[in-house]
Amino acid sequence: MTGPSDLSSSYDLVVIGGGPAGLAAAALAARAGVSTVLFDENPGIGGQIYRGITSTPIKNRAVLGEDYWAGASLAAEAKASGAQIVTGATVWSLDPSRQVGVSIGGEARMIQAHRVIIATGSLERPFPIPGWTLPGVMTAGAAQTALKAHGLVPEGRVLLAGSGPLLWLLAAQLLRAGTTIETILDTTPRSNWLRALPHLADFLLSPYWSKGLALLREVRAKVPVIPVQRLSAHGEGKLQHVEYQSAGKDYRRQADMLFLHQGVVPNVNLANAAGVAHRWSERQLCFEPVLDVDSGSSVSGISVAGDGAGIAGGTAAVERGRIAAIAAVRAVKPSASVPDPQSVRQRLQREELGRGFLDALYRPADMFRLPEGETIVCRCEEVMAQQIHDMAAKGCEGPNQMKAFLRCGMGPCQGRLCGLTVTELIANERHTRPADVGYYRLRPPVKPITLAELASLPISEAERKAVER
Amino acid sequence: MAASDYDVAIVGGGLVGVATAWGLAREGCRVALLDEGDRAVRASRGNFALVWVQSKGLGLAAYAGWTVRSSNAWTGFAATLKEETGLDVCFQRPGGFHLALSERELEARANILNRLHNQPGIVDYKTEILDHSQVAKMLPDIGREVVGASYCPLDGHVNSLRLFRTLHTAIHTRGVKYLPSHRVESIVREGGEFRLGTTQGEVRAGRVALAAGNANMQLAPMVGLEAPMKPERGQIVVTERLRPFLHYPVVTLRQTDEGTVMIGDSKEESIDPAGLTLGVSATEAERAVRQFPLLANVNVVRTWSAIRVMTQDGFPIYDESETHPGAFVLCCHSGVTLAANHALTVAPMIARGALDKTLVAPFSARRFHVQEAG
Amino acid sequence: MFKRLGETASIVTIEVDGKTVRARTGDTVAAAMLAGGIDHCRTTPVSGAPRAPYCLMGVCFECLVIIDGIGSRQGCLIPVRDGMRVETQQGKREAGR
Repeated sequence: MTGPSDLSSSYDLVVIGGGPAGLAAAALAARAGVSTVLFDENPGIGGQIYRGITSTPIKNRAVLGEDYWAGASLAAEAKASGAQIVTGATVWSLDPSRQVGVSIGGEARMIQAHRVIIATGSLERPFPIPGWTLPGVMTAGAAQTALKAHGLVPEGRVLLAGSGPLLWLLAAQLLRAGTTIETILDTTPRSNWLRALPHLADFLLSPYWSKGLALLREVRAKVPVIPVQRLSAHGEGKLQHVEYQSAGKDYRRQADMLFLHQGVVPNVNLANAAGVAHRWSERQLCFEPVLDVDSGSSVSGISVAGDGAGIAGGTAAVERGRIAAIAAVRAVKPSASVPDPQSVRQRLQREELGRGFLDALYRPADMFRLPEGETIVCRCEEVMAQQIHDMAAKGCEGPNQMKAFLRCGMGPCQGRLCGLTVTELIANERHTRPADVGYYRLRPPVKPITLAELASLPISEAERKAVER
Repeated sequence: MAASDYDVAIVGGGLVGVATAWGLAREGCRVALLDEGDRAVRASRGNFALVWVQSKGLGLAAYAGWTVRSSNAWTGFAATLKEETGLDVCFQRPGGFHLALSERELEARANILNRLHNQPGIVDYKTEILDHSQVAKMLPDIGREVVGASYCPLDGHVNSLRLFRTLHTAIHTRGVKYLPSHRVESIVREGGEFRLGTTQGEVRAGRVALAAGNANMQLAPMVGLEAPMKPERGQIVVTERLRPFLHYPVVTLRQTDEGTVMIGDSKEESIDPAGLTLGVSATEAERAVRQFPLLANVNVVRTWSAIRVMTQDGFPIYDESETHPGAFVLCCHSGVTLAANHALTVAPMIARGALDKTLVAPFSARRFHVQEAG
Repeated sequence: MFKRLGETASIVTIEVDGKTVRARTGDTVAAAMLAGGIDHCRTTPVSGAPRAPYCLMGVCFECLVIIDGIGSRQGCLIPVRDGMRVETQQGKREAGR
């Protein structure tokens, strides 16, 4: 395994994240002769979509589907490219001068990068329903990771709930693996079909159309799907039952496992802490970095590629990684030969064709984004929705003041699981827009490091004098 | 309610402003509290939460007395806030330490304290110099490198973010009008009242109190006052929540009632609030591990930097305007320590319309001219 | 909770709160605990409520456990090693471990 001492003190290109965007970017840059290192905090490469691609115990290819296995060539390409690939490496700091703080096996190092590509991907949108913190309630992505990376499937009374393509994909994969899913509670608002209709023509031209339809058929043939307008999880110390409302009637159902999903959103923490400007996307209901055509951000030398740049999916992430890498190679080594970015952009456009339809159709209902009462918003600090409502009503206008008042976003996850909810709750209470409310201001370390690791970093005389006096 | 219906407009929604607003509301005043937005440069979100006495006042003996007065008032202040809001700000006054990691640091410490306590007119209280074994009796987890400490029994700490929230809750209940995103751009006195031009229209009030931190420097001249400021940046490191292990605050390291450990503090000339110097955090971490080796494996979950409100000589400014009667300015670095004074002593003075010279005359900004002339 | 699809060739043994748990080489600590039927990995430092792994991708910090005596490790990011000692973390972490 690569340790901190195997790293150079500087690289032409540091790629952060080993999913499709990061792998494609590192491969392209390294092949062009640019010194490249790729860091990923997971034990293996592949990101979430190709999780466990080099090590999965699942041998029956049909279970995960051919789209998953497409990741194998991407991984092989990156490995053969000459890029240094370091897994188990957590990047916890990135500043505008492109100093990268990375921690490997409990040791911290600072690396100077000439260019940085942030490819930290997405995470699942918060799904703050009553009881979502109970053991037995997990994200759909977690169930997928358990399957892909570890060959684990849920047992007992298994329910899926939510909305979005990943939920259907997970259902199909679990069914193929022999799991019984009791029911799928579909939170997609019916009115979304009307919103999605104008995008239907594009969608019919996209690769999502036939794949998606096949997936829906496969799942619906085996699992009852119930449209729901309310949802909560209950139990003493762990999940025991789920309550929901469908067509105006209330139901209660015993459950051992509940997998939640209502889409994915960019994981913005590192880019935000690096000072990259973000904006609110009303289409995708999340913050995304402001980027130029080459994926360059507002901070010189730092690009963002893949779903971290706005959700477009895994195959689009590959092309977006390449676009960012081409720009990096051109900046670092203008003489190197790189693919024509125009042809990459054309492939990307095809990949992005069906996105408008999916965004509209699977736009999560207000009900499941704007919790009330005692529902926990910040899982780390156990801050409840009512507290946020109350402080907003007293004049608290933004998430940073809210954090000071209530500690939401102050725990170890650093707002990843509450940030969007807090922003939207404030906007809702104060009748403003999320774009005006803004997001948490994040600072390094964006992932926890130990005090000893922090203490081991280089210190200048001036920096020491700022403290010792 | 018409915009002119306030007895007092307070400019600045930080700890100084909100403590003063609460004190004025208790005196029966109709108060407007004008604040900036979510991303304002906000020292109140970035303080270290000490209610601190030791070593304050070298160069201005009256400041030591003013500090001790607030420290003594804090128990009652916290109790009253709890009664009004149900929120406990967790004020504790077990005494506090300033740890030295070398004989040189300890000597420097003793020297400062000697000079402080030898000043004429200084308030009478004790700060002791203790050696390693004496410190270890109270702080059993200190590292071998700690050679000694100064200890003052009047020192304490509080949960300052909860204090901020508690005061905001309390002023809401008492009917103070909180006006966020009302950045004040002009103040004129006309027809016996103050007209404050803000980003969201005009606010009128009979009196005005400037509590805008470093921004008082720009605001004070609008009402014939001055506030010479010299802001500086400080950085803090915060750990995850830990079981209680430290029962006394140390000037650069304290465990909050929630369990997190705050580690500070630096003084940097940069005043970019968004900037953060990792080497400074590293120095703080390195000293913290030498002071308390058991913290080495503890996780850092946050760091932040904030801009200190600092006057040019480091001492508070409390002044009232001669040219614009009814205008007051309040500037100080220690918005937490002095919160009790601002709520219980300064606010009633503003409610009465005049500062009590016997208490705050030494803190007039006129002192800066005396120094220049001398 | 979770079960394994088929038998696995390479087995390591870890200890969770003194109980022996069999795991596959390549499992993360969190995966091994889920497969081992351990229904929560920590209680929160705020209310003491039990929590179990939620995201399995390193972002939620629900799977914090004590590994070989060191607290607050992210179980979903750390691969198992034969003989590893894992403890569920109860409330606030203890300084020094």
